[in-house]
Amino acid sequence: MYEIVERRMIVPNLHEFTVKAPEIAESVQAGNFIIVRPDEVGERTPLSVADWDCDAGTITSIFMQVGGSTAKLARLEPGGDIPTCAGPLGKETEIRDDFGTVLCIGGCYGIGSIYPVARALKEAGNKVVSLLEARSSYLLYWQDKLEEVSDRVIELTRDGTAGYKGHITRLGEILTLEKIKPDLIIVNGCTFLMMRASKMTESLGIKTIVNMNPIMIDGTGMCGVCRLTVAGKMKFACVDGPDFDGHEIDWEEFLKRRQTYNPEEVHPLRKSGCASHF
Amino acid sequence: MAKKIDYNRRPMPKQEPFERVRNFDEVALGYTEDLAVEEASRCLACKKSFCKEGCPVAVDIPGFIQCIVDRDFAGGIKKIKETNALPAVCGRVCPQEDQCEKVCVLGKKGSPVAIGRLERFLADWEAASGETETPDILPSTGKKIAIVGSGPAGVTVANDLVLLGHDITMFEALHDAGGVLTYGIPEFRLPKAIVRREVEYVESLGVKLRLDYIVGKTKTIDRILTEFDAVFVGAGAGLPWFMEIPGENLNGVYSANEYLTRCNLMKGFRFPAYDTPIKRPSYVAVLGGGNVAMDSARTALRLGADEAHIVYRRSRTELPARLEEVENAEEEGVIFDFLTQPMRLIGNESGWLTEMECLKMELGEPDSSGRRRPVPIEGSEFRMKTDAVVCSIGNSPNPLIPLTTPGLEVGRKGNIVVDEATGKTSRDAIWAGGDVVTGAATVISAMGAGRNAARDIHEFLSGNGSNA
Ligand SMILES: Cc1cc2nc3c(=O)[nH]c(=O)nc-3n(C[C@H](O)[C@H](O)[C@H](O)COP(=O)(O)OP(=O)(O)OC[C@H]3O[C@@H](n4cnc5c(N)ncnc54)[C@H](O)[C@@H]3O)c2cc1C
Ligand code: SF4
Repeated sequence: MYEIVERRMIVPNLHEFTVKAPEIAESVQAGNFIIVRPDEVGERTPLSVADWDCDAGTITSIFMQVGGSTAKLARLEPGGDIPTCAGPLGKETEIRDDFGTVLCIGGCYGIGSIYPVARALKEAGNKVVSLLEARSSYLLYWQDKLEEVSDRVIELTRDGTAGYKGHITRLGEILTLEKIKPDLIIVNGCTFLMMRASKMTESLGIKTIVNMNPIMIDGTGMCGVCRLTVAGKMKFACVDGPDFDGHEIDWEEFLKRRQTYNPEEVHPLRKSGCASHF
Repeated sequence: MAKKIDYNRRPMPKQEPFERVRNFDEVALGYTEDLAVEEASRCLACKKSFCKEGCPVAVDIPGFIQCIVDRDFAGGIKKIKETNALPAVCGRVCPQEDQCEKVCVLGKKGSPVAIGRLERFLADWEAASGETETPDILPSTGKKIAIVGSGPAGVTVANDLVLLGHDITMFEALHDAGGVLTYGIPEFRLPKAIVRREVEYVESLGVKLRLDYIVGKTKTIDRILTEFDAVFVGAGAGLPWFMEIPGENLNGVYSANEYLTRCNLMKGFRFPAYDTPIKRPSYVAVLGGGNVAMDSARTALRLGADEAHIVYRRSRTELPARLEEVENAEEEGVIFDFLTQPMRLIGNESGWLTEMECLKMELGEPDSSGRRRPVPIEGSEFRMKTDAVVCSIGNSPNPLIPLTTPGLEVGRKGNIVVDEATGKTSRDAIWAGGDVVTGAATVISAMGAGRNAARDIHEFLSGNGSNA
């Protein structure tokens, strides 16, 4: 059993979730994910890691309530426990000290998981600009944490209530206005954001890494449900990724594969925001 | 004393096919005491017992059969357990027709003694009696051994070494122990209560079990070795192969691992009582001809498929599955498409599988394996309607451990290279055995490898052995 240290709704529909798992906390790196089960009959649910504390032995993730399993996670209370917390899984995000300027884009739960990426890049000596994307200002979170590890934080909201107004499709324009020439872009968040951002950056000719979030069961390469096509080859997101070059992914196929169990999932939030693209 | 030779094996009571395809309960019901005694009495008690040599772990077959004849069931199970820690499992899943029963003298003219069924009978008798004899455990040696994986190889090593007084921790990546016995082999062939019983038994001997622990990720073997004296890797062959034909990423295409894991480990067949969903398609094509393929096709029928096909490129005689399971599948109405090679998977607009294009084959000259090689018949392409394809063509070892363990020698297919007799790897204090070494094989061979490694690890910890 793994003790739940924190579970609170941090903005509507997004939950901050902290579990005690000291051995995972010791090994985890930016870009990894964990697999949790809310109870003995629950699904194995992959969650990107957003933060950790080696001294306290805890791991933090941000998750969005989408279907039945995340609804169960959202009902858990601090002090309770969960039967499964396994990890860290996946390859870590590649961090080098000579990338130059890196633009870290986070949306949805990815605002959380881009945070350790930005932190590691900054610690390695790169220039880090973070771009946070949301439907509206009230869906933004962790701005202060990201401020601490970024040279600059830019906000982009669809309704214009914070920072730039509009979609990620304005990326090129924003880079010009902000006078930023990134050497590398890393995107974490819903599929839709990662796909749109990759399409934009392809025309801008900037290398773009995305942190993929397919359906998974074991997360160790055993079931193969997380497979996707990258540069024409079959890859398993759980062991070959989850980071891949966004310009090499077959996005259309990926989106279809993500929909496989939609009829079985209860989608309370289908019609709102990015949940339908998650 | 000359006795009349009885060539006819006693059939084992089974659930009727029409009934069992509608449930996940065990198909075979096992011998009654009287049937077991009758079947055991057929044994000729040959001077030279070939059967024992046919068993990879050399179970004292004539010995336990005599006990059954004498109705000394407690004595019988004790004899088996001297060499086989998992008789309830082996009696059910060993390919007996290729092992112990293959060499039974009675098989020359009639059917061999049903050794597997008798073994199973004794194991079930013991479980029902509720009196499991706990063997003596030697005084603590203070040596700590880490075991990676809780499949048959890992459990065997744990069992053997804990009895010798060592301190054992078994690390398992999944949330339940048992390896393939738990996530792969379905309930209707190997009830999970039996696997759980066996795992609980080694735990009762003092073996510690750490679930949700991915060695190589949660901790590397090198870090584990700072706290342990030796490591045994029994991580299995869990990485599924695909056919590498067009359309394999369509929705509705599964690896057998995914399909069976959803059903067995995650209990998808009880969705929505359990949260993990599994599809219930109507036309299921299972690619391959081994036990995994039989299990997948029979699972599909139980999930309500109108048709479950086994699509296999050779013919019935080459099917690598256990004979009993092939017969069970046939009885249940699985359709066998022999000499058929899948070429391409075809989907609709929304990315769902709808059809499979295949090529007919014929048997040509024997290949290096001695089996006649299937060759395509030109122009024989045809399409079959299918809304699910389950790829059951094999697995290789997961690269996770080799990738995170510098200096650990691996072969071309990613299998860990060991000294065959001892299971010793190229690295100090690390042993390996089971599917991670051989590639997908059998439960009993994994157990045999575990036994050899356990012996060598013990020697090493006592100051001898191949690592000294
Ligand atoms: C569907 C199916 C049906 C089969 N039917 C039969 C049959 O009828 N008869 C027969 O004899 N054989 C059968 N087999 C084959 C048999 O099950 C295997 O040969 C046997 O289980 C191998 O045992 P093992 O201990 O080497 O590995 P496994 O049983 O594969 O166990 C390995 C364990 O290690 C764990 N693991 C892997 N990596 C790590 C890691 N990094 N850290 C921690 N844990 C890890 C895995 O999760 C797994 O639980 C079947 C296999 C399948 C898939
Ligand atoms: S362990 Fe397997 S091969 Fe050995 S006697 Fe039992 S059924 Fe036969």
